[in-house]
Amino acid sequence: MEVKQFNYGIWTEKVDVRNFVMNNMTPYHGTSDFLVGPSERTQRLWEVCKAATKEERQNNGVRSLDTDTISTVSAFNAGYIDKENEVIVGLQTDELLKRAMKPFGGFKVVQKALSEHGVKPNDTITELFSKYVKTHNDGVFDAYNAEIKKYRSLGFLTGLPDNYARGRIIGDYRRVALYGIDFLIKSKQEDLAKISGPMTEAVIRLREEVSEQIKALKEMIDLGAKYDLDLSRPAENAKEAVQWTYMAYLAAVKEQDGAAMSLGNVSTFLDVFIENDLQEGLITEEEAQEFIDQFVMKLRMVRHLRMAAYDEIFAGDPTWVTEAIGGMFEDGRTKVTKTSFRFLNTLYNLGPSPEPNMTILWSDDLPQHFKDFCAKVSIDTSSIQFENDTLMRESRGSDDYGIACCVSHQALGKSIQFFGARTNLAKTLLLAINGGRCEISGTQIVDGIEPCDCQYLDFDKVMSNFKIAMKEVARVYNDSMNIIHYMHDRYYYEKAQMALIDTNPDINIAYGIAGLSIVADSLSAIKYAKVKPIRNEVGLTVDFKIEGEFPCYGNDDDRVDTLAANAVADFNNALKKLSVYKNAESTMSVLTITSNVAYGKKTGATPDGRAKGVPFAPGANPMHGRDSQGAIASLNSVAKIDYNDSLDGISNTFSIVPKSLGSNKEERIENLTTILDGYFYRNAQHINVNVLNKKTLLDAMERPEEYPQLTIRVSGYAVNFVRLTREQQQEVITRSFHESM
Amino acid sequence: MRILTAKKNPIKTGKNILRVHSIESFGTHDGPGIRMVIFLQGCKLKCLYCHNPDTINTIGGNLYHIEELVEMAVKEKPYFGKKGGVTVSGGEPLLQSKALIPLFKRLKEEGIHTNIDTNGRVLNHFTETLLDEYADLVMLDIKHMTEEGYRYITGMKNRDTTFNFAKYREASGKKMWLRYVLIPEITNKPQLLHDLGAYFKDFKTIEKIELQPYHKLGVHKWEALGWDYQLKEARENTEAEIDAAVEILKNYFKDVKIN
Repeated sequence: MEVKQFNYGIWTEKVDVRNFVMNNMTPYHGTSDFLVGPSERTQRLWEVCKAATKEERQNNGVRSLDTDTISTVSAFNAGYIDKENEVIVGLQTDELLKRAMKPFGGFKVVQKALSEHGVKPNDTITELFSKYVKTHNDGVFDAYNAEIKKYRSLGFLTGLPDNYARGRIIGDYRRVALYGIDFLIKSKQEDLAKISGPMTEAVIRLREEVSEQIKALKEMIDLGAKYDLDLSRPAENAKEAVQWTYMAYLAAVKEQDGAAMSLGNVSTFLDVFIENDLQEGLITEEEAQEFIDQFVMKLRMVRHLRMAAYDEIFAGDPTWVTEAIGGMFEDGRTKVTKTSFRFLNTLYNLGPSPEPNMTILWSDDLPQHFKDFCAKVSIDTSSIQFENDTLMRESRGSDDYGIACCVSHQALGKSIQFFGARTNLAKTLLLAINGGRCEISGTQIVDGIEPCDCQYLDFDKVMSNFKIAMKEVARVYNDSMNIIHYMHDRYYYEKAQMALIDTNPDINIAYGIAGLSIVADSLSAIKYAKVKPIRNEVGLTVDFKIEGEFPCYGNDDDRVDTLAANAVADFNNALKKLSVYKNAESTMSVLTITSNVAYGKKTGATPDGRAKGVPFAPGANPMHGRDSQGAIASLNSVAKIDYNDSLDGISNTFSIVPKSLGSNKEERIENLTTILDGYFYRNAQHINVNVLNKKTLLDAMERPEEYPQLTIRVSGYAVNFVRLTREQQQEVITRSFHESM
Repeated sequence: MRILTAKKNPIKTGKNILRVHSIESFGTHDGPGIRMVIFLQGCKLKCLYCHNPDTINTIGGNLYHIEELVEMAVKEKPYFGKKGGVTVSGGEPLLQSKALIPLFKRLKEEGIHTNIDTNGRVLNHFTETLLDEYADLVMLDIKHMTEEGYRYITGMKNRDTTFNFAKYREASGKKMWLRYVLIPEITNKPQLLHDLGAYFKDFKTIEKIELQPYHKLGVHKWEALGWDYQLKEARENTEAEIDAAVEILKNYFKDVKIN
C-alpha cells in the first residue's frame, strides 16, 4: 500500500482508521475566518438541485420513480446532476431524485408506495416477488405469534421495522478511501479463513455473512467503474478521499433503505487528506470547500421509496445521514479540524437543511472558537444538534464513533446496533389501572393485574401493577425484536455496510420508549394529588378527575423527576433481563421521532389530565406548557435521567425565540454555549436546538413556497418544516418555545 | 449617608421567608449572562407601562424559604458560566430587603453572582447592607428625569429617592447599571436624555445603561387583572428614534445597550 505521505502506525498493518486519524490529523483551534463561500460550479449545481426538490414537493413528494430495477450496489448506470460542474459524483439511480425499489425489506410496501403514485413494479419483478422470492417482511409475519400481533395492532409496540429496513448500522465508509477495496477484500478473506468449525448455526451464519460481504465489496468496485473511479486502490488525494468515502456510502444507500442511514464521523478523517493537499499546495481553500459542499449536496439528495403511512412516524421524508462532528480523543486532543468547520459551513454555502443530520459532539474541552461557531450556526439555521461527547466517550469506552440515527453512540467499524423502534410507556401505565386491559379496545393484554375499583388511585398499587405491565410488555417487545432481527439478517442482510465493519462486531439492541413525561406526570398526580378515574360501563378509564396540585416533570423538582428517572430505569431493567438474538446487549432510548403525535392518537386519557388522543411530548421532553420555571429548570429535569439506564440516548428538543436567548447575536452565541456547557456538565446526553420565532413557522404554514429550506429540529433529527403534515406542523408550533418574561 | 429610611420592612413574611411571584430559571435580560430571576411579589409603584402588573399586589405570590431558593440556584450554577448568577426583580425586591440579606449571603457563600433590579425607592438599613456588602450588581431603573414625569409614570412623588439611591451605591464603590424605558414623547426626548446623561456621567460605578424600548406585551396582563391599561395612547419607538436616543447617551456613558 502506498502510504508515504502519512505517518505510520498500526493502521498500515491492519484495518484501523482511528489509528490513522490519530497519527495524522491536525487539530484546529482557530476561528472560522478561513472559510470561503461556494464555488461557481457548486452554485450552479445547487440551483439544479433546488429546482428538482421544488418539482418533488409539487409532485406529491416524489419527482420520479423507477419500476424496472431492483436497487443493488451496482444497479443503475451512472447518474449526474450536471456533469461538467460535478466535482464529486454519484447518484443512487441514473437520475437526480429518482427513487428506486428495494424490495427485500417487504415487497408489499414497495407495491403500496408505488401505487400511491399511480404506478407498479414491472411484471417480471412482481412475479418474482409474488411467487419465488421471500422478503424480510414475509419472514417476520411467518414467525410472529398472536400476542405480538395484538401488541402491535393496538399500539403498545409501534413503528417496528418489520416491513421496512431496520437501518441504524453505520458502515465505516472511511475504510474504502484509506485502504482501497482490494485490501478490504483480502482482509475479509483472511477473516473468513479463520472462521472454522465446529459448524454451529452461529458459525455457519457468520461464514455466509462474510462471504456476502466480500461479494458486496466486489460490487462496490463495479459501482466505482461506472463513474470511472478505481475504488480497488486507496484514495491518493483529498478529492479522491471525499469521492471514495461517498461511493462507499452510496453503495449502502443503494442497497438499503433503512429508516436511518448514518454517515459516521468522516470530517476529521477527510481533513487529513485535505490538510495534506493544502500543505503540498495541490489545492486551494476554495477547492477544499468545494469538495465538502458537493459531497454534502449529494448527501442532501439521498432518497428512499416510502409509503405515505411511514410519514406518520417519521415525518418529512428523513434519511438520517447523521454525521458526528467534533468531540475529543481519549488522549485529550480535540477531533475538531478545519474540515469540521467546512462541514458546518455548507449550511451557509447551500443554506439550511435537515440532511446531513449534523451532530456536534460537545465537550467542555472543545476549542472555544469552535463552540462559538457551532452556536452561531445553530442560531442561524436551527439545523444542528448537540450530544455529550464526554459522557458517551467515558460510558461507552470509544472515542471514534458515529451517531446512529438520531442520538445513539456507535463505535465506528467495531459495533452495530439493531434498531428496536419503541414501546408506548404511557399506554403501558394505563394497563396498570385497567386490570391489564387495553384502555381503548378492552382487549386483555396482560394477565395478573387486579382490576382496580377504588374511588381514588392508590400510588403503591398503581406502581406495583405498572411494574407487572412493564415486565410483560418488555417480554413481548423482546420477542418481536428477536424475530425481526433474525429475519432481517436472513432476508435483507446489510452486506455492503457490514463489509466495512469488523467481522463479528459487538451488537446493541436499541429498544425505546415513548410517553415518558406523561408517565412521570401521571404518577406524580396519583402520588401528590388525588386522582379519580372515570370509567365507562365496561370499567375502562375514559377520563381522570384530579383534585389538588402536583409537581410536573420539567421544573427541576425531584419529587416528580425521580419518578421519570425511575420509570426509565425500571423498564430498562425489565428489558435487560431478556436474552437477545446474536447475544446483543440491551440498550434503550427515550426518543420518539415525530411518532409522539401518532402514539398520542392511540392512547386514551391519562391520569396527568391529558385528554385522549392528544400528542405526547417528544422524546424525553416535558409536556408542553407544564415546564413553568423556564428553560434551565426544564433542562435540569431531563438531565436527571441517567444515561446508564438509557444508553441508546435521551432526546430533548429545545426551542427558543431569538430574543429570549439574548439581546443581540453576540449574547445569544455566548448564552447558547453556556447553556450547552451547563446542560452537559449535568450529564445530559442530547439536545436539539431551535432558535426560531413562532411567527416564522405560522407564516411558513401559510406560504410554504417562501420557505423551501426552513429547517426545524424535532426529536433527534431535523426536517424541512414545509414537508410536515399540517397536523405535525401544528404540533411543533404548540410545543414550548421558551420565552422569558 | 442616610437619606430616606422606611420605618419597617413593608412586606410581612416570616424569618428567612420571601414572598415570590415566580421564578424564571433562564433569564437573559436581567443582568449579565444567564440568570435565575426571582420575581418577588409586591411593589408600591404602579408604573403606567408595567409589564408585570400581577407582581404589584403586596399580598399573593408564594412563600419560599431562602434555602429553597439557594438550592435552586445551586442546581442552576453550571449554566451561569463566567458571568451569570441570580437576579432579584419584581415587583420591587427591596420591599423585602430584610430577607434578601441572608439570601444574598448564602448565594455569596455558594460563589454565585448577585444582582438587584430595583426602582430604588427603598433605602433602609437592610438595603444599605445589601448595597454595601452583598449585591455584586444593582440595576437601577430611572423612571423619569423630572418630578412631574416621575409622578405621571409611577403614581408616586419624589423622584429624588432614585437619585439618592444612586448616590448611596456610588459611595459604596460597587457596580451599577442604569435602566431606562424609552417611550416616544414621554421619556424619549432629547432634553430628557441629555439631562439623564449629565446627571450620571460622573458616577464611576455605572458600567452601562440599558435602554428598554417600550412595548405593549404586558397589556394582556392588565386586562387579565381587570385593570385599565393607562398608556393606551403611547406607541412603540421607531428604529430611528431608538438610534437617536443611543447617539445622545453615548456622549455620557461608555456602554449603551438596547435590551
